[in-house]
Formats: sequence, C-alpha cells, structure tokens
Amino acid sequence: MTTSRRKFIKISALGLGAVAASTTAINMFGSNSYIDELVKQNISKKFKRTATYCEVCFWKCAAWTYTNEDGEIKKIIGNENDPHCYGRLCPRGTGGVGMYNDEDRLKTPLIRTTVNGEETFREASWDEALDLIASKFKGIKETYGAESIALIKHGAPGSHLEHLFKAYGSDTIAEPAYAQCRGPRETGFNLTFGSWVGSPEPTDIRDTKCLVLIGSHIGENMHNSQVQEMSDAIDNGATIITVDPRLSTAASKSKYWLAIKPATDIALMLSWMNVLIEEGIYDAAYINKYATGFDELKKHVSQFTPEWAYGITTIKPEVIRETARAMAHAAPSVIIHPGRHVVWYGDDSQRARAMAILNALLGSWGRRGGFYFKEAAKVPNFPAPAYPEPKWGWKEIGEKYPLAQMGITTEVIKCALPDKENKFPIKALMVAGTNITKSIPNKKLLEDAMDALDFMVVIDTMPMDVTGYADVVLPECTYLERYDEIRSATNREPSIAIRVPAVEPKYDSKPAWWMAKQIGERLGLGDYFNYDDFKEVIEWQLKEMGTSLEEMEKIGVKNYPRKSGSMYLNEEETYHFPTDNGKIHLYSQELKDLGFDPLPNYTKHPEPPQGFYRLNYGRAPMHTFSRTVNNPNLNDLKKENDLWVNPKVARIIGLKTGQEVWLKNQDEIISTFSIKVRVTERVRWDSVYMVHGFGHQNKKLSRANGKGINDTELITKVFTDPIMGGTGMRGNFVAILTENPHKNTEI
Amino acid sequence: MRYAMVIDTLKCVGCSDCVVACQTENDVPIGFCRDWITETVNGSYPNLNLELKSERCNHCDNAPCVRCCPTGASHSVAGGIVLVTADECIGCGACIESCPYDARYQHPDGYVDKCTFCHHRLEKGQLPACVSVCPTKCMYFGDLDNPNSEVSQLLKNRKHKTLAPEAGTNPHVFYLI
Repeated sequence: MTTSRRKFIKISALGLGAVAASTTAINMFGSNSYIDELVKQNISKKFKRTATYCEVCFWKCAAWTYTNEDGEIKKIIGNENDPHCYGRLCPRGTGGVGMYNDEDRLKTPLIRTTVNGEETFREASWDEALDLIASKFKGIKETYGAESIALIKHGAPGSHLEHLFKAYGSDTIAEPAYAQCRGPRETGFNLTFGSWVGSPEPTDIRDTKCLVLIGSHIGENMHNSQVQEMSDAIDNGATIITVDPRLSTAASKSKYWLAIKPATDIALMLSWMNVLIEEGIYDAAYINKYATGFDELKKHVSQFTPEWAYGITTIKPEVIRETARAMAHAAPSVIIHPGRHVVWYGDDSQRARAMAILNALLGSWGRRGGFYFKEAAKVPNFPAPAYPEPKWGWKEIGEKYPLAQMGITTEVIKCALPDKENKFPIKALMVAGTNITKSIPNKKLLEDAMDALDFMVVIDTMPMDVTGYADVVLPECTYLERYDEIRSATNREPSIAIRVPAVEPKYDSKPAWWMAKQIGERLGLGDYFNYDDFKEVIEWQLKEMGTSLEEMEKIGVKNYPRKSGSMYLNEEETYHFPTDNGKIHLYSQELKDLGFDPLPNYTKHPEPPQGFYRLNYGRAPMHTFSRTVNNPNLNDLKKENDLWVNPKVARIIGLKTGQEVWLKNQDEIISTFSIKVRVTERVRWDSVYMVHGFGHQNKKLSRANGKGINDTELITKVFTDPIMGGTGMRGNFVAILTENPHKNTEI
Repeated sequence: MRYAMVIDTLKCVGCSDCVVACQTENDVPIGFCRDWITETVNGSYPNLNLELKSERCNHCDNAPCVRCCPTGASHSVAGGIVLVTADECIGCGACIESCPYDARYQHPDGYVDKCTFCHHRLEKGQLPACVSVCPTKCMYFGDLDNPNSEVSQLLKNRKHKTLAPEAGTNPHVFYLI
C-alpha cells in the first residue's frame, strides 16, 4: 500500500470533540396552552427582519431573514420586489436556516498534522492558520512566481479571494461553473449572437407561447424565477416541448415529450432546422435583416430530413414536423432554452450553436416571449490600486482550447502534476466554496494533482469531502452571518440586492472577505483592503449608486430603470448584434478559421456495451449539488439518491425497488457506497439515472456520510470539448452489482 | 366562511418548498412534517403520466379525527379548520388511525400535531405559509362560501378531485387535474 502525503483524512479530527448541540425543538405554540391563546401570542410575536440574498445556490434570490426576540433565526422569506424570486424562495432558500443551524459546520481553523504516523487535523487559531498560509504563499511566489498559486472557487466567497489573488499577481483562477457546467452554451451563443446567455438566463418565459427544453429540467433544478415563469406559461396555455430520455418533471408538464435516444440531440435539432427551412416557416424577415450565412445553413441542413433523424433519435418524423410547426406557429414568442449544465458529450458548444441557430430561425432573440435584452446595474469598484500583470494565468493554461472564455478547472489541475515540460507549474491551490471532488470528473487525476501540490487551503462552511485533502481548512460563516458584495445580475430591469448579517458568526467562523483581507495584509497588500469592515465597501458603493446602506437595509432590493433601451428589438430601427459585423452568425467563419465545423454536425457517440447502462444524472429540487445534503432541513426532505431503473431492466437483472446495489463503470471503478434501486417507467432501458451530489465520504457530515452514490466518482471517461475545454460527462456506462464488492475491504 | 385549499397538479413540480416553509413557520421538529409530496406514475415508457401533489390535513366537514377523539382535543373551529388543543390531547393516537389521509403525527412533546391551515397567519390576513411560498403558485386558498373567491372560481371552471372520496369525509383540499 502506498502512503500518500495527502491521504484523505477519514478519522475524526483531534481536538474536535463533537459538541452535542442541544437543539431541542422549539415549540412556537408552547407545549401546554390552548391553541387560540397561542394564536394570539403568536400574532403579537415580534420578529426582526434583515435583508439578505440567498447563497444556497447561484440564483441569489433576495430575501428577509427573520430573527426572534432572542436573536434566533426562525425563517427566511423571499423579497417581493426581487426579480429572482418575486417573494417566493425555493425549498433550499426556505431551508437556508438549516445551513446556519447545521451542528456539523466547520467551527475553527484546522491544520494538517501527523500524530503517531496518522495524518489528522488539529485545531488552530486564526493567526496561526493565516500566518501559515501567508508564509507558504510568499515562499511559492519567491521560487515560482505568484502565478503558481491557483484559486478554484464558486459563489460569494470566491469573489473576495479572487480580489486577493489578482492583487498578489495571480490570475490562475477557475471555477467548475464553466468547464463542468455552462461554458459550452456561452461559447455557442456568443459565436452566434455575440453575447453570452449569462445568469439568470434572459429567457422571457412568462410571455412565451412555446418553451422547448432540451435536457433541461426546470422544476428539478429550482432556478427560481424560471420555475415561477414556467408555471405562468402553463397558466397562459403555452406549448411546452421537452426533449429528454427521462420523464423529467418538466416533461410531465409538456404537451410534447420527445423521449429521445441519449446523445442524439443535435440530429433532432438539424432536422428541426430542415423542416423550418424546407417548409418556409422560419422568420425570413428577421433572418434577412439580422443574420448572415443563411444560404450555407440551408444547403447544410437540406440533407437532414426528419426521416434521417428518425433512425438516429427514435423520434418519429411526423412528431419532428409537428413540433417544428408548433414552434414556428408560436414564433417569435418561442424559446429553445440554452440549458445550464450542458457538458455532455464533448460536442457541446456545437449543440449550443444548434440551439442558437434554431432561436435565430424562429426570430426569438430580442423578441417578447423569446429572449429579452438583459441589463445589469453597474457597481463601481471600491478604490484600490491596479492589479499587477501576471506573466501567465488561466488563459495561457487553457490555450489549446481557443474559445475558452474562463479558466478551465481540469487544465489548471493538470498543471499541478509533476511534468518537466509544463510551462505553468502550480504549487499551491486554494479551493473556496466548491466541493471539487464532487464537481470535477476523473477523481484519480484530481487526487494525483492534489497530492503533488506543496500546499492546499480549503475554505468552506462545511467539512465537505474536499476539506479532507487540505493542509489548512478555514471555516467560513454562512451567508446569514456576513456582509458580502452587492448582488447585481442581468435581468429585465437592472436590480441590486444586499446581504447583511442577521446574527453574529457561530463558532469561530469568519466571512471570506475578512480572510482575504487578513491574508492580504500578511502579504503586504494592505492597500487593496482599505477598510476595517466590508460594510464600508458596500456603503461607499451604494452611495455612488444613488442609494445608501440605510435605505437598502429597509428595502433589500432596488430596481433601476433601464438605460440600454428597449428589452426587445425595435422593428423600426436597425439593431447591431455585438458580433464583428453586427449580424447573427448562422454560419461561423470564426469556427471555420479555427478548423472546427462552421455549422453543427451530428456525431455518433459511443453506446453502452452489453450489461452496461448509460449513467445519467440530474438535480433534485431540494438540493444544490453536494453542498446541501447535510443541511438538517433539506436532508429531511431527501437523505440519499436512488438509482432509477426501467422495469424491463429490473426484470432481467432481478432488481426490486429499495434493493441495495453498487455500480461499476467501464473503467472498473466501483462506487464507494451503495444505492437503493427505484424501479420506474420514467427512465429508458438503456440508461440509469441518479441525482447528483450524494455519497459523501467525510464522516464529519453526520447525516450525509455514506448515503447514496457519488456519480462524479464514476465519471472517469471525459469527452473534452475541443472548442472551449468543457468536460463532457454523459458518456460513462455502469454495470449494476447486487453483491457488495467491498465485503472484505474497509471503506 | 368555509376555508379551502385548491392545488393545481398541472403546475406542482413536487419541490417540497411547502414542506420546509411549514416546518420553519410552525416549528415542526426535524423528522416530522405537516405536509408532504406524493408522486404517482401511470403508464409505461414512453406513454406516461406523472402526477405530483402536496398533501396535508383535509380539514374535513365530517372529520373522523374529531368524532373519535376521546377528550375533545380534536375540534373544528370557525371556517371549518380542524385543530388539536395540545393541552387536552392525551396522545392516544386514535385520530392518527382514523384519518384516511395519514395527516397526523405524534409530536415528540406527546401530543398529536397536524396542519392548521396556518390559523395564526389567517388571523393576520396572511395566507398559509405553504401557499405563500410555493414557487409554482400552484396552491390557492380562500373561502368557498364566497362564490367569487379564487378557490370557488377555480373549482367552478376546472376539472378537480379530492382524495379518498369514498371515506365520506367531505374534505376541503381540492386538486385541479
């Protein structure tokens, strides 16, 4: 057995004796009173409300944190003026209180140490932990340059640390949200319309007449305002067309569910283009006015008839024609939704291009009920010196992917592997707000890279699996306990929201802005952190924006009038799309020049061999990736994932609902834990399905540990998008094991 | 005044927000719930029908729980809301057995607990917590005695059902289908 220096620490941390939190249920009604009396009491109950925006997912809904007279957080309610939530949080936002109450939270800084030959963590003071980080960073900067210190981040803590890194001279920054999530669609839409889709997506769902979802599970992903608007669209009688091999929740709400054979979506979309053009039901006026490359597109798709697509997708030609006509009938109030987690088969930018082209043919970009022109409020930068210019960074690391527009996590990680040829050596890594062992595929590569590092820091609120690989762990307080940056996202109208602490940080946890400033000061970067409290930063910014912290504390959200003109195309004027020639690119010269297909093509992808099933994964509405599984409120709703198996497959293998099974993938990787079977007609016979984010290995997560399977550990085959470096993850196949493969081994 | 809840199954995505909102609003202890989600799948791939719905106490006119309660702790109040007076409840569980909707649970403090239609919020002119939080706006609440109320209009114009009609309980949670 090889001993790895960065052996995952599984045992309980020394000095971290579990403090049994006395969380007896508080009965708001009291236990011995008459209800009517209690109702009266409850009515008179005084709550204080504090403005915040949610951090349980990336949608960042603005909300009010309600604290009682004893200063305890009782509930969180959406802010009615917020375009992200319209006053209604999703279950995760409502259950955000569990993130604060979770007794398994990281409580104090931890430093890796060895006791009796066993690696473990010991508790440390903030000064000791921060001094250690600063001295390691200094040493690496002196030897290799600041560029060799990398940051992988997500969410609000990430932005504070990004500022620290850039101030120190490192732009070696990446987040799984790009190459493991939405990157390909940004590239595909940017190539076509000259603009990213962005977040929240500028889909005008509330006014649409036809919503087309291709592998996008609105309702299982609780992207709040989209879920709400899809419901409005149902009320308005909109036609929903869902393309999904699984009967998703959205598929069950759809007029047309196209139960497509997995990995054939581009073929379907090419045949839709064929129908729109051959039948002359595309928006010719829009295309003539705004687009280039139509003749090339027409010629290209003339061969892709519905009959051709039938053999590939299993969708009947008449259904392909009927759905194309339904879209054309609704046009331009139609949305081919770009999706969000779109790293599937490695040709994902091309699939996004196909979606963008369909939207162009239907004239939906810039049209009511299609895509609106989004706008965000500009938040001025708090005064600080200019960042130094790094010699290399995320861009150089990802240079073999010419259209990568953000750091590619997997490429950054590879740079930590020992390799003399490597021009961009990474020696230290900070991970903030993201559990990379559950978001980045190819666990072996990740573990090898983390093992090769000189130093690794993890910042999180919870002892996520990734903390087990760190040299130093810093406990972040939750969003309910801190100030953060002003939320300014793209919407129909520019909108800002603030986050104000409702309570003091629990335990010895601290906000990420404070950590960034403390490390920064130790690195001689005090000028970049010219404030004692981050509150001063937002106070200054809000004043610059014509409001004040005092006002924002009362309203939480402020919506500004648009400055960029109409939300939709003004048919009387000529609109210049933000591309090189002001037109929509149906045919992409840019792709052609780079040696890629200028128009999307269908490529056949590998299919599962005998005895194997395609591993599909998705979301459950009450969980955000792996981060919420231990949240007491949300864990109560869903404690583990299950393996969806078609009844035909269940009959062949002899599986029953509730039966415990293990999975083995095509590379002989066996799941660490077991999963319970759910026999259901909702999944195809060639695939199995599970919700992503379960199977936590860290024993400090008392509710989540060992529950369900971590899909990411079974994703060892990655189909990289040659255009932008996205990691396609839907081409892994698993066999179902009914006998425990770990019977004689300790996990 | 006759309170009723109407839930549109065509919009419900089964997210369970109603469950968490109820828990935080009413201090329902972790591990228990006053409302919950059910999923029903009919048909075979790919000709399938999926129904998701949020369930809870049906605040029946002919409530078996009220009839069988030996102490009178289970009772109906104005508006047809069925409540449990914790102080009078001896925790015998007869009501739990009698309820065809499985809507009641034994609270760790010894009494039986269930949905109150957020009686305390209604007093303040607010909607029940589950209705006010639902991201799909699939839940409606109001007075069935008022023919112009949203709930009356929905039941007048839309196809709907109740659960376990054979139990003869005259329930007041309706599902649009």
